[in-house]
This record gives sequence, C-alpha cells and structure tokens, in this order.
Amino acid sequence: MTYDFFSKLFGSDLIAALIQSLLPLFIFILPYALFAVWWERKVSAHMQDRLGPMRVGWHGALQTIADILKLFQKEDIVASSIDKPLFNIAPVLMFVGTYAAFAAIPFSSVFIGSNLDLGVFFIVAVSGFSVAAILMAGWASDNKYSLIGAMRSAAQIISYEIPTILVIITIVMVTGTLNLTTLSEMQTGHFWNWMILGGPGSSLSKFLLIPSMILGFGIIYISTLAEVNRTPFDIPEAESELVAGYHTEYSGMKFAMFFLAEYANMLAVSSVVAALFFGGYQSPCGYLGNLIGLKWLIPIEQIFWFTAKGLFFVFVQMWLRWTLPRLRVDQLMNTCWKYLIPLAFVNLIIIGLITLI
Amino acid sequence: MALKTEHMTLNMGPQHPSTHGVLRLEVELEGEIIKSVQPHIGYLHRCFEKHAEAMTYPQVIPYVDRMDYLAAMYNEFGYAVAVEKLLGIQVPERVEYIRVIMGEFQRIASHLVAVGTYGLDIGAFTPFLFCFRDRERIINLFEMTCGARMLYNYIWVGGLSHDLHPDFVRNAKEFVSYFKPKVKELNDLLSYNRIFIDRTANVGILPLETAINYGISGPNLRGSGFEWDIRKDDTYSVYNKFDFDIPVGKGLQGTVGDCWDRYYIRIQEMGESLKIIEQALEQLPEGDVTSAIPKRIKPPVGQVYSRVENPKGELGYFIISNGSPNPFRVKVKGPSFVHLGIMNELCKGHMIADVIAILGSIDIVLGEVDR
Amino acid sequence: MKNIQEIFDILKEKFGDSILELLTTLPVESFITIAPKKINEVCLFMRDNEELKFNSLMCLSGVDDANGKQVKDENGAVKIEGSTLSVYYHLESTEFRHKVTLKSSAPKENPEVESVALIWHHADWHEREAWDLVGIKFLNHPDLRRILMPYDWEAGHPLQKDYKNPEFYHGMKVPY
Repeated sequence: MTYDFFSKLFGSDLIAALIQSLLPLFIFILPYALFAVWWERKVSAHMQDRLGPMRVGWHGALQTIADILKLFQKEDIVASSIDKPLFNIAPVLMFVGTYAAFAAIPFSSVFIGSNLDLGVFFIVAVSGFSVAAILMAGWASDNKYSLIGAMRSAAQIISYEIPTILVIITIVMVTGTLNLTTLSEMQTGHFWNWMILGGPGSSLSKFLLIPSMILGFGIIYISTLAEVNRTPFDIPEAESELVAGYHTEYSGMKFAMFFLAEYANMLAVSSVVAALFFGGYQSPCGYLGNLIGLKWLIPIEQIFWFTAKGLFFVFVQMWLRWTLPRLRVDQLMNTCWKYLIPLAFVNLIIIGLITLI
Repeated sequence: MALKTEHMTLNMGPQHPSTHGVLRLEVELEGEIIKSVQPHIGYLHRCFEKHAEAMTYPQVIPYVDRMDYLAAMYNEFGYAVAVEKLLGIQVPERVEYIRVIMGEFQRIASHLVAVGTYGLDIGAFTPFLFCFRDRERIINLFEMTCGARMLYNYIWVGGLSHDLHPDFVRNAKEFVSYFKPKVKELNDLLSYNRIFIDRTANVGILPLETAINYGISGPNLRGSGFEWDIRKDDTYSVYNKFDFDIPVGKGLQGTVGDCWDRYYIRIQEMGESLKIIEQALEQLPEGDVTSAIPKRIKPPVGQVYSRVENPKGELGYFIISNGSPNPFRVKVKGPSFVHLGIMNELCKGHMIADVIAILGSIDIVLGEVDR
Repeated sequence: MKNIQEIFDILKEKFGDSILELLTTLPVESFITIAPKKINEVCLFMRDNEELKFNSLMCLSGVDDANGKQVKDENGAVKIEGSTLSVYYHLESTEFRHKVTLKSSAPKENPEVESVALIWHHADWHEREAWDLVGIKFLNHPDLRRILMPYDWEAGHPLQKDYKNPEFYHGMKVPY
C-alpha cells in the first residue's frame, strides 16, 4: 500500500522501492535500537537497585546517542593477522540478515515491507544469515576466544532453529498460511481470537488447542532467546568465559553493527512471536478509529499495538537476562535436543490430531 | 584417512573478566574439554615479606592490609594475634570483642563479594549488585569506625587504633536486622536457581582426602564435608565465648565437595557470623582499647606460627624474631595461594565454562596469592 | 594427642642420626631439627604412622638464617658467608589435633633439601616459593620453577639477606 503511494508520488518504481525498503530502517529499527539500548540499561539498573544513566538528557535518555557518537569517532582497530575481507563483511552481513527479516514483518495492515506469501519461512531463512556472519567473524578474528564463541554460536543457532520451525509448522497447520499479514488478519477482533487462545472461531477445537498453543509459545520463546544469543543462552559471548565471544576483536562502528544487530534481532523475533501468537498488529479490544469513525486512525493504532507487543517481549528478554545465570554449552544442547525438540514434536502431533477433527 | 587433531592452548588472563585479578591460566583444551590448567601467578608480587623485614612490627600492619584486600580487617587481626603470642601479652576484653565484631563483619563483606562475583561468573549479574549494595553498609560501618573503607590499619598489636564510634553499636544492630532477610533473598535469587544448580552441582568435586593433602582450608575444606574451623578447633581471641555452628557441605544438590557446596557454605557462614556479631554486641564490655599497646615492640628471640580463620581459609603468620624491633622473617601462608594450587586437579576433564565456575567457587584474591 | 617430646622420641627411635636435635629453649614454639637429605623419609613416616598421622602440612617456609659472618668483597658490597638456609615445616594432624614444627638446614653454598611435595601436595607451591624467594633447592620436586618472580629473573633470590636489586630488568629500571 505504501509502495503504491510512493510510486504514484514520484512516478518511479525504483525510488518507491528504495523508500519502501529504507522506511523500516529509519522510522523503526534505528530509533528502536537507540531506545532499546537505553531501556535495557534502565531496566537492568532498576532491577539492581541503582539508577543507571542519569546525566545525558532526561534520565539519561540521550545516553545512547552520545555512545553512538563516541563509537563513530573510535579508531577502527584491525589486527594484522586477521582475514580482512571476512572480518569486514561479517558485521555487515550480520546486520543484513536482521534487516532483511524486517521486510516480511507486518507493522500494520497498510505497512509491510514485502507482503510475501512465504513470510514466516522467509524470516526463518534470512535469520540464518547471522550464523554465517558469526562464523565469519569468529574465524576471521584469528582469536581463540572468537573461534570458540563462533563455534558455539553456530551450533546453538542451528539447533534452536529446529524447535522454532516445528512450532511454526503447528501454526501453519492450524491456519493454513505462511503469510504473516493473513495470519494477523485472521486474529482480528478481540484478544480471544489470538492464536495463543486457539485462534478465531468458537468451535470445540479452539478450546482443545489452547494448552498446545501455550506450550508452543513457550517453546518458540525459549528457542528465539537462544537464536538471538540472549541470557540464559548467551554462551557465544559469555563474557566471563570468552571475553566477548565472536566480537572480541571488533571495535568502533563494526562493533556497533553487531550491537545494533543484536537489538534489532531481539525485536525481530519478538515481532514474529507476537504476530504468530498474539495477533500481530491487531488490537486486543477493538479500535478507537472504528468507534469514532476515523478510518485513518486504525493503521496508527495498529502500529502502536504492534510496537507495544514487540517491546513487551523485548522487555521480557531483558528481564530474563538480568535474572538468570547462563547455561553451559552441553546443557544448552541438552535443553534443545532432549526437551524442546521432543516436546515440539509431541505438540505437533497433538495439534495435527486436533485439526483433523 | 585419519584426521590429525591437536590440543589447543588457551591463555586465560592476565587480563580476563573472570580471573578475579591478574591471574593467568594456561588451559590446554581438547575441543571444550580441559586437559590441564596451569596457573601462572606473580603479576601482583610486591614481596611483602621483604618489606616486612625492613619495618618495625607495627609498621607491618598497613602492608598486611594489602594482601587480601577484601578482608583487610582479618589480616590485621591475624597479624596482631601472632605478634601478641610472640610477645606473650594479653589484650583487654573490649579489644578482643571489637576485633571479633570487626572480623565477622569483614567475613560477611568478603563472602558477599565471593558470592556476588560467583554469580557474575556464572552469568547472573543482578545478585552481584545486590551483594555490593549490602557490602556497602558494612564498609560504611568500617568507615565510621576508623575512617578507611578498604585498608583500615585499625587492629594494632595490643589494641586498636580507635575506640568505637558512639553510634556504632546501634548502626551495627540495624545492619544485622537489615541483613538477615537479605540472605533469604539471595537464596531465592541465586542459590536455588535451577540453572545455577545445574552449573555448579557435581562440578569440581573436591574429595576430603585430596583437600587435606593439598592444604585446603576454610569454606572450601568445609564444603568437602569436614567440620573444621580454626575459630573452634584451635580457638583464639574470644571465639570460645560465642555460640555458633560450623556449616559443612552435605551435597544437598549433588555430590559432597562440589562447587555448589562450597558456595552454599559461604551463604550459611554469613548467617553464623551474624549470630556471633549479635552475641558480641550484647556482651560488649567497657574498657580502654589503647591501654595495652606496648610502647616499644621488641619480642624475645623466638618464632611463632599463628593462624586464624580468615574468610578465605586458614591465614597463617610465621614470624621469626631475633630480638630486634624488626621481624627477622615474616612468612604468610595465604589461603588463596594454597587454594589456587588445586586448580589443575579440580579442572581436569571439565569444560571451559567450568574453569570459571571452579575458580569462582574457591574464591581467591590475587593480592594474597602474589603478596 | 602427643607433645613434641613424645614425637621426638618416636622419631629418634626410628631414624636415629637423621634426627638432629629438639630445641625447647625458645619461648612460644619448639622445633625438631632434621637432616635435609632425610626429611622426605621422616615426613612420609610421620604422615603414615598410626600414632602420628600428620596428614596436613600447615605451612612450609624458607628462611635465610644469616648466621654466618659478614665479609666485604673487593667492591665493598657486604656478603654473608658460611650461613645456612632453613626450611620450617609446620605439621598438624587433623585427627589427633597435635602439631609439630620441623626444621631442616642446609649450607647456603649448596642449599639442597629433599622435597616433600609428593607427600603433601600442599608443599608443591610452597617449595617453589621457597626456591624462588630464598633459593633453597628441593631435590626430586616435580616442577621446581620460579613462581612469584618472573621466570627469567637472574638477579638471585630476594629474601636472602644480602640480596641486591639489579639496576635493570629487560631494560626497565628496577629501583623506584
């Protein structure tokens, strides 16, 4: 929809496509990342009985901007023994993978980068870029800590993609679509139409689905935590063991790219979880725009609800990070292969049976 | 075709986030499995023992502060006890009580750092700051008493540098009642956390025989299930007047002598220290704390090995006197130095992440390892 | 629980000439002097004997006794000649709760003492420290290297009474 609008405005498909693709970056990812970094610091601080950044701006609100300015000025330290091309590509690739995932995420009913029929599938696929990027970074750094971190990370992300996908399959089985916009549209109305509560309708199968859906949500949330390398699964960058894991050797803006990608990734997976289980951009309780008859208000409300849901899950990720210790690498694998994957399979079978009835 | 494999040597430190100072560990790895750990120490070496030979007995005290800088009060305590034994003097009751109170506060402070940084090593950030928040209150009490927050020079041979601040007893009681529920909070947050237990139980098991053979003492030895506390078994000062228990490792979450046991001993000991402090504050006698300080300290020719129960373990001072005002030789047996020697034994066959867990659980301070 | 006299008698009976003397004239602490080349046998016996069971080594300290006479060499630097280096062993039995101090002295020119590192692993690092700082050579020690000083420190052993700091170490000025 936005694409058509820009295409008419400029009369050129190319410019429209460019603007369309840059929009999520500038109106969403960058401000979000700035906000999230500050927010994480505030959340952690208040959980730990301290105040966090207080000096730059209101309650340190401009702290991240100051940090970014500092990072811009930093010398880009490149050790002599590293593999330069790979070393330089890795942070970019890392960010590209995350950024590409946003293309298929529906921010509202009128604004989606690319309304793919294979939306969820596309997101899962491009998130796989980050594995390549992390391996590149770890290998190119010529540092043992980086290498160990990269190896752990690759193993971890690949393993945890399996339960994620298994849960996504259950959703696809119930709804019959991979398109995230369609999926969100299906969950319209009120919150009892969300997938976590069995999806739309009021048949018997809806109520049978509820426990399985809650289980599925648990599995996918844990797996996405692992995919974005957050505590308790932040083993690739476990600072007490591996200094900083695969980005030990990075400095300045290249480090900032990894940092940005981490936060963007957090939002990406949170958004996917929100879209799959919590109605995406749909309001839980009807729209104000419908009530007072202003149709143009609805997309804005949708963006609000989408952001709120995404940020809520990001907040839960932060909350977990500042509460839980970190698993060991073999325990991490155990969690995935011995608990999550069998559970996901069982869940898949149960949902399969329910959809058959 | 057979693939050629070789062990990887990983250098941890001297600048590493969780070596608790400037310690270098040379770790030989096969994949993630550890084949051997070789600690290299000495980065903080100041040769305290050489310094001590050039100082008079009271002048040594500021130097002992700087060994285990997280338990400076107890280092002074140990040194004072040793020199008093050599001199054969008795100190007033009030001095002994204040020493015990300070020593037990220091034990809590030291254990708080140990427990907090242990959580940090395992990846839990928040308990660390909670612990430091509580430690801050103890440090404030010390500051109120002697003006210093870390290196006190408070316990002198034969007495103390100052008497207590008039408000001290009230503030100390306030702290005791404030801190009691905090131990439970720490337990809820960290001790019984499933992930924390998974990381620490059955890791780095230290059998009792090995522990004694390696000279392990303090919470680490008690973690292996041996009820041994110098405060009770070779009592000094006025510890025999207080009623307290010695917690021992029982293998509640895994095997006796694992990291979790060693960790949990510290949590329990904080409670026991609170008990001692409460009793000591109740019984605190009146008196002059500086009256017994000798004008000139010139011990007779002789030697003494005196030990106290430092928060980290058995802190021994071996002092030889040749009759002059300077000690002829001061040798310190620091618990951290001894405990670090067992790293290789404990780490073999574990994973990299466990090195950190084990190193954190034996609780070393590099200032004391290197002296 | 045995006192030092009883322990001395047991050892004297078993080892004879290797047990040199029992010094009880000093205040506070008495000790048994033992020949440096026999110390490992004595210690092994003391650890494993049913009546003694000294299963724990509390402390092991190297000391420069500085009991020789001072001589000035041609540069005017003071050296101590003819003195001995001693090792003090503080043993304890956690079962019987008795303690004892052993001493073993060797001439400074050739300070060789048998190692007890294989009897109590605790002694391993303490012996390395005694070698590093005092310069006592422990025979049959598994890994006798410097421990606190840099591995390539060539200026001697700092806790010897006539130790002089070098001017430079790898081009860095040492005295501050």
